[in-house]
Amino acid sequence: MIYNIPFIAVAALIMIGLYAVIFKRNLIKIVIGITLIESGVNLFLITLGYREKSIAPIHTGNPEGIMSLPVPQALTLTSIVIGVAVLALMLSLIIHIYRHYGTLDVRKLAKEEDEE
Amino acid sequence: MSGMSRIVKTISSVAFPFVLIYGLYIIAHGHLTPGGGFQGGAIVASGCAMILVAYGSIWTMGKIKEKNLSIFESFGAIGFIGLAFFGLIFGAVFFNNYLVGNKYFFGEKALGLSNINTAGVLPLMNFAVGLKVIAGLFAIVLVMAYATSKKGGETK
Amino acid sequence: MNMDTILTHSPALIIAVPLLGAFLTPLISRINDKLRNVFVILTVGLTGFLVSLLSYDVLINGKIHTYVFGSQDIGSPVVRILFEVDGMNAFMIIIGAILVFVAVVYSWAFMKENTGLDKYYTLILLMAAGMFGMMLTGDMFNFFVFLEITSISSCALIAFWTNKGKAVEAGFKYIVISTIGALFILFAIAILYGQYNALNMAVLANSIQSPMTFLDKTALVLLIAGLAMKAGIVPMHMWLPDAYGRAPASVTLILVGTTQASLYALFRMVFTVYGNSLSLDAEPLRQIGEVDITLNGLLGVIIVLLAIITIIVGVLMALKQSDFKRTIAFAAVAEIGYMFLAVGAGLWAIGTTHGMMALKGGIFHIINDALDVGLLFLVAGAIYYATKETSLNKMGGLARNMKYTTIFFLIGLLAVSGMPPMNGFASKLLIYESTYLINPILAIVAILCSILLLAVFVKVFHSAFLGPKIPRFNDVKEVPKSMLIAMGLLACVIIFFGLFPDLIVNNIVDPAANALANNSNYISQIIGGP
Repeated sequence: MIYNIPFIAVAALIMIGLYAVIFKRNLIKIVIGITLIESGVNLFLITLGYREKSIAPIHTGNPEGIMSLPVPQALTLTSIVIGVAVLALMLSLIIHIYRHYGTLDVRKLAKEEDEE
Repeated sequence: MSGMSRIVKTISSVAFPFVLIYGLYIIAHGHLTPGGGFQGGAIVASGCAMILVAYGSIWTMGKIKEKNLSIFESFGAIGFIGLAFFGLIFGAVFFNNYLVGNKYFFGEKALGLSNINTAGVLPLMNFAVGLKVIAGLFAIVLVMAYATSKKGGETK
Repeated sequence: MNMDTILTHSPALIIAVPLLGAFLTPLISRINDKLRNVFVILTVGLTGFLVSLLSYDVLINGKIHTYVFGSQDIGSPVVRILFEVDGMNAFMIIIGAILVFVAVVYSWAFMKENTGLDKYYTLILLMAAGMFGMMLTGDMFNFFVFLEITSISSCALIAFWTNKGKAVEAGFKYIVISTIGALFILFAIAILYGQYNALNMAVLANSIQSPMTFLDKTALVLLIAGLAMKAGIVPMHMWLPDAYGRAPASVTLILVGTTQASLYALFRMVFTVYGNSLSLDAEPLRQIGEVDITLNGLLGVIIVLLAIITIIVGVLMALKQSDFKRTIAFAAVAEIGYMFLAVGAGLWAIGTTHGMMALKGGIFHIINDALDVGLLFLVAGAIYYATKETSLNKMGGLARNMKYTTIFFLIGLLAVSGMPPMNGFASKLLIYESTYLINPILAIVAILCSILLLAVFVKVFHSAFLGPKIPRFNDVKEVPKSMLIAMGLLACVIIFFGLFPDLIVNNIVDPAANALANNSNYISQIIGGP
């Protein structure tokens, strides 16, 4: 049972992230929701590589024992880098939107668009 | 944004070289211990962001123009792709590890307790990626801080 | 360095040459502006030459190319990243090469007065490298990385005109939906990796057996949902009109290519990776009474339903728009619906001759739609360049001043609505005939919506080009030569495809459809047959 807790955490993170993206009105809260979903998927990738009573997969000067899988750790690193790039891009776009419209509310932005 | 008080400026100037050395250590030993290009580059970029917060974005933008950072970034990227192309010319396949096996330059194989002079092309690629990440992340933080300050926001 | 070595290394060179060009462009643009433009056109031209070399060998000689990164041999548990090029991949990279070359030639004159052009060309080359990587790869996680490279560069290019607030808002909408779709895809890749310990598409295709486990079904649903979000299928099409309508016209051309690359990836996942559970002797999912519900029947019905809704929504929304580019964007949504309808019908009736004909019609429609809608977007960009006006209510009488642009718009109009002798007629005829044999209602909806598309574009043609002269547009001149050359290139290819559809279907579309319908060649290239 104790080995199921990371998977429950993954499900909780993804649900909370989806709730924030769909139902919140502030643009920054939507960006935080996307970051939560991405953290959930990264946690899922790392948890897949765990073996019971395993040590870290390093070759130099390690103790005896089986190693956990290193491939999901490399995949997670790549995913974190991609997440950083997307986050930087989204925040730069929010700076431009705020400078143009003066508001960060999604419904006010949609209303301004219908009026033109 | 404007800078902080004199105590903060002094202490962050003292602490910055230690952060730099720690980050470069993680970049350089990427093929032996956990770490590598992106992780070490993110640490050095955090140190640079500490300097940015302490001294203010207007002063920092005056000292370091964004164009110079872009040159560093291009050199890091060209180094990475150039090493991959050399794998095509000297080895037989793209991204081949052609330096493993020669006697002079990063030649030995890394297994067990090894020194840094191992594993072929990997440390060189770590350096290239580390340089690119330092320049890229520092440029992002610098431009965002400058754009939301009073002086940067006036150019519309 | 003879032709054979270039041919063996060409899958890697097709993505490496744009990447190297993208990293060299900021350094070269410090020297001179014209030099940078010439350098970018040379890079794209070299990529086009490599694409034509590779696709000639794959399509005409029928050989599947494999390229392993970092070593010479594939190895018994497949651990390295590899690119595998069969008929369907070669078909898609032809489309990509044509679109990128035309876009770069067009933007020589279209973007001349803008600042920040070195970042523009860098991002276009990065987007081209990411698009080719998506179309060529044979590894699931590598596909996810190239997907994200493409979506980040295209978002930055959509929001290129940052002085207008609307373009930035369209870019934000695009990146939010695109990232959520990509995270769903990553979740599905993680589920498949956890179950089979393999990331390679051929190894996964060999391991997924006919009664699918619960985790396989979950991964299939997540993959289809994520890729449909990126391809613009209703109800996830909200980003498409804004992003296509407010980006610069040359960027929209390459965006059409990347949207179709996501559609190609959906077909690759459904037909090749899950191919063992789709064949005719697969076990049915469930039995209600005496009727078996097989996987291909259920998936086919769902895909056909979504496609019909996409076509109807696209055409009806296009009727009431008053902005030039948004109308064409909604027509593009309807055309994606046509491709999806044809391939879904082919999936529903897999193994029969009319199913194969529907598959061929759908695949032929991919290249036709890219060319037609691309030409229409370029014409819209030319009108914006000449008159600085995008709303249809304020335009009129432009045919007197801009003769060549009018002719190109007429060619695009006839091609999109499926009139002979353009290429749209050939592929739409295949779709009508094959879907009629599967279910008559589908063919009736498809023909009706084609006629409505003709009505939409005749309205656009009348209000933009015909009509009395407006005094504000008295001294509007024809657009510069490079834009005319770009539009002329697309129009020539459209007319050539329309006059000789037999040649194109036998040589280019047939190998692609055969490679998609049968995944045993794909698997045996990597793992080796029994």
